[in-house]
Amino acid sequence: MSMLELRNVSKVYGEGATEVDALSDIDLAVERGSLVAIMGPSGSGKSTLLTIAGSLELPTTGDVMINGTNVVGMSRYDKARLRRRTIGYVFQDFNLLAGLTAVENVSLPLELDGVPLKRARVQGMSALDALGLAHRAGRFPDELSGGERQRVAIARAVVGERSLLLADEPSGALDSVNGEAVMRMILAACHGGVAALVVTHDAKLASWADRVVFLRDGRAVDETLPPQPPEELLSQQATNP
Amino acid sequence: MSIRHSLLALLSEGPKYGFQLRQEFEVSTGDVWPLNVGQVYTTLDRLERDGLAESDDLDTDERQRNFRITRAGEEELSRWLRTPPDLTQPPRDELVIKVLVAFRLPEVDVFEVIQVHRRYLVQLMQQWTRLKEDESHFDLAFALAVDAELFRLDSVVRWLDAADGRLRRFHLEAAEDRTVAPPRIRRRIGAHR
Repeated sequence: MSMLELRNVSKVYGEGATEVDALSDIDLAVERGSLVAIMGPSGSGKSTLLTIAGSLELPTTGDVMINGTNVVGMSRYDKARLRRRTIGYVFQDFNLLAGLTAVENVSLPLELDGVPLKRARVQGMSALDALGLAHRAGRFPDELSGGERQRVAIARAVVGERSLLLADEPSGALDSVNGEAVMRMILAACHGGVAALVVTHDAKLASWADRVVFLRDGRAVDETLPPQPPEELLSQQATNP
Repeated sequence: MSIRHSLLALLSEGPKYGFQLRQEFEVSTGDVWPLNVGQVYTTLDRLERDGLAESDDLDTDERQRNFRITRAGEEELSRWLRTPPDLTQPPRDELVIKVLVAFRLPEVDVFEVIQVHRRYLVQLMQQWTRLKEDESHFDLAFALAVDAELFRLDSVVRWLDAADGRLRRFHLEAAEDRTVAPPRIRRRIGAHR
């Protein structure tokens, strides 16, 4: 069973003459432990796909299965609980709460889910520690660098038992070295069993994924084949120095 | 990749044996540009011939000989490091030509052609990224060489994206022109009057 599965998903905004097909007939599955990237230009439907995958928005038609449960038809309360317990989001602009410290930001989703404060903080510290940020736990977002803020956002996305990570241009405006660090963290979460879906227009970020799906005008038009063994590159170089 | 200047760079660190130079060359280029043994020793012979390096015992095998850089070699290395490679003439790029040809042929979907190449490039980038994924044996030279490949491929993907966007805009504008052609002609006639 896939962690995330979109079945024949379409999304239409507006009505009549103003109707816009944001997504059309999307079939997509993300397995546990795998990282899938969605690439496409602005306006291709990447962000709409991510919000629907995260149950923040409903499709016009089709089904969204998260861990085997169809989100379509689910009550608002159940969807909110599913989001708190199962789904972590990473946004381009981090979306950290300015009035909370790093560890308070990370443990907030657990507290909202009813986890006792002390236990939530312990888990929050553990998530920060895994990303090398334990020493910055007491700092507020404006006291952290861009790279550190994004690490806090990733820690918040994977804290607890979250098993689906959704990221929208997760490297944001970070430089390429910090952008790579962000993708390494997402990949590490996948190696720990998390399923991740990342949307980006950046091929360097997408190349960290196991599979890249190309989106165009709301349709999945193509996808990469399973990657060849990387060692082949070196042997080719050796024969053509 | 200049083997000649890379060997001079290694010799600028101090005298080295032929076999040692070959090993260090491979390490410094991160195994991305492996050489055959002959290339290193042929190049060392040429460096000696040109007075850029010297060794003591010319009778022994190059592998066993101890090489050192000369003053002229140091000057040549310094000059080379600061000489920009010639990027003024754009290379004849096969991919650019293919996209231009696809655009000209009415029966060919240029966007499909672009996507075929985009997918291939991203797959190649996935392979290169896998090479640096394992950080347990981190090698700085190797990471730099892999980054260079990734940035090069990324620039080609970006060009394809730009070409895709420009061609779509062109098609849209051409379609709009066809739709509004009569009024535009009238306006032009009016302007002439």
